[in-house]
Amino acid sequence: MKEVPISTCEREFILKAIRDRKRIDGRQTYDYRRLKVSFGMERGCCIVELGDTKVLAQVSGKIEEPKKNRPTEGSIIINLELSPMASPAFEPGRPTESGIEMNRILERNIRDSRAVDTESLCIVAGEKVWSIRADVHVLNDEGNIMDAASIAAITALAHFRRPDVTVMGEEVTIHSPEDRDPVPLSVHHMPVCVTFAFFDQGEFLLVDPNRLEERVMDGRMVVGMNMHREICTLMMSGGMLLVKEQVLRCSQIATVKVAEIIELIQKALDKDAQARQAGDKCGFAESVPANKITTNKKEPTLIDTTAAAQQASQVIQEAGPVDKPMSNMIVQAPGTVQIGEGLVNTWQVDDEDMESEEEEESRKKSVTNGREAVATSKPTERKRPVKAGEGIVSHADDSGSEEEEKVMLYQGDAEMKSTEDSTALQQPSNSDKPAKKKGKKKKAAQK
Amino acid sequence: MCHKIRHPRYWLILPFKMAGLEIISDQGYRIDGRRSSELRKVCARMGVFTQADGSAYIEQGNTKALATVYGPHEVRKGRGKIQHDRAVVNCQFSMATFSTGERKSRPKGDRRSQEMSMHLRQTFEAVIVTELFPRSQIDIYVQILQADGGNYCACVNAATLAVIDAGIPMKDYVCACTAGFIQDSPLLDISYVEESAGAPFLTVAMMPKSEQIVLLEMNSRLHADNMEKVLDLATQGCKDVFAVLDRHVRDHVSESHALMTAS
Repeated sequence: MKEVPISTCEREFILKAIRDRKRIDGRQTYDYRRLKVSFGMERGCCIVELGDTKVLAQVSGKIEEPKKNRPTEGSIIINLELSPMASPAFEPGRPTESGIEMNRILERNIRDSRAVDTESLCIVAGEKVWSIRADVHVLNDEGNIMDAASIAAITALAHFRRPDVTVMGEEVTIHSPEDRDPVPLSVHHMPVCVTFAFFDQGEFLLVDPNRLEERVMDGRMVVGMNMHREICTLMMSGGMLLVKEQVLRCSQIATVKVAEIIELIQKALDKDAQARQAGDKCGFAESVPANKITTNKKEPTLIDTTAAAQQASQVIQEAGPVDKPMSNMIVQAPGTVQIGEGLVNTWQVDDEDMESEEEEESRKKSVTNGREAVATSKPTERKRPVKAGEGIVSHADDSGSEEEEKVMLYQGDAEMKSTEDSTALQQPSNSDKPAKKKGKKKKAAQK
Repeated sequence: MCHKIRHPRYWLILPFKMAGLEIISDQGYRIDGRRSSELRKVCARMGVFTQADGSAYIEQGNTKALATVYGPHEVRKGRGKIQHDRAVVNCQFSMATFSTGERKSRPKGDRRSQEMSMHLRQTFEAVIVTELFPRSQIDIYVQILQADGGNYCACVNAATLAVIDAGIPMKDYVCACTAGFIQDSPLLDISYVEESAGAPFLTVAMMPKSEQIVLLEMNSRLHADNMEKVLDLATQGCKDVFAVLDRHVRDHVSESHALMTAS
């Protein structure tokens, strides 16, 4: 199924937010989503949840003949499956281009950087070696599958235990798990991928893009790094043009992120090891405490509002003096007072407007309010006070029959208001209807 | 002094310093006699085929690549691919079965080739001015005739020449080069022997005038501190390749011009 194209206004909204240094889910530019690593009952089974992106990795081992040109080495195979379960955009069968690319990055990250020692997988040189296979399945795609998959793959490889093997002369004995404890793989280092999303031809960058940000991004860069600050893989493609400084900056950011992630992985591995040793129940059922796997629970994102009150008071202080609102009260009937006027109906046809404008202007000139109200703009062009970042605007509905006045802190509009009022006063015909309506309503209520 | 190297496909993983086989000798010479920041010899030929709109052949050391370009032409396969405002770039990468030491069973269709095709396509989509040819398709076919390291780079360089030969406008040349890091020193233009020694190497495709990187790919482990050095060396290598290619293009054009005006 082809993916639904993202609408232009959604795209513009996301891009605009990014240009304002905001992300639509409230994170900072270099923040990861909540990362959770849990293990299954079997050794070598790991589920990683990065926000809502869920990836499952399972490691299995088989004894095979080695490759002709590498007789003393075992092999590591990493297979990434993008099934339609994860997203309707994925199709069953042949992997898409992006699927192949991600698979290759995973392979390069773990296999080509020699994260797992392949020489130790040799049983009989030239005849029998272990072939370790890590299958990574994407269960839910909410953006940034690459990072989640890399975490899942390396964690599963670290969690896996292979059966112990003894070689006595010509005889090879493979011990069952009951016989002898299974042996872990020798993992030299843990390479983890960090994905950067670029927008506006490399001007803005984000870490850990979610699904919507991925649809809107210009290109991405994947940096695979380990704890020792060694870059295990680097992939930048996608038709974007970058300069050297951006690449170096990304690798610096990746250093920090990778350290955090690996710490988390270690903690999870330790916790699981302890649980297994203590004989506690372990596996997915235990790691999903109150949630049922079948229900969808959304974790609220924490937003820091401590500074909000302070900021708000600062803004109020910095804003200019408030114009005293005009309090022209018109007593419609005993118990009913009209303060202010509704806005002019802007839905009229043009010639009516022209007529009413001409009437207004003549009336304005004849009125001496003692105020210098210059009707410079047409009444139809009411500027909605825009949130210029310096004033707080609060106004209720924008409907034509609005009676409440707008309290504005925006200097420009103060003048506008005065013109509005003067014109409003001179247009009893236009405003009578809404006023009368309100009056009627209130009378009805009273009765 | 350079002696021909046999393809070491049947050798095991080479440690950096094996008896008689050092990647860098004490005097600073590599296996093929180059210094650490020297490119291999680049020979190029444009207009190799008459049938294709553009074609080029490039030799970088022992790596030989051939590129042909067809287009821009109407989108043939799949109406769905048509873009209303730009041309679709279609790349296909394949390695001849005789290109490597051991016969290659799958010239195209395996993961590595598909990945290479995709990278080539993304590279050229970024560089070709596709907005000039809406609703059309540009095909780039690249074939490796002999692989001795730097396959992707030879492909990109050959394809650049072929696109120029076809007369398709590009924002700038795209030049690609590899740079590796062995024994604390960065090396330029990695050959196959050095690749299989397990050393980290970086493949960079960039536009030489603006120094904008179009594609960046790294294998094996490289410490973050050494990254800048290697990247700088690769940038320099790309600029050197650009100098060679540019001179070749100008020579080719002036020759053709001379031939045409003479008759």
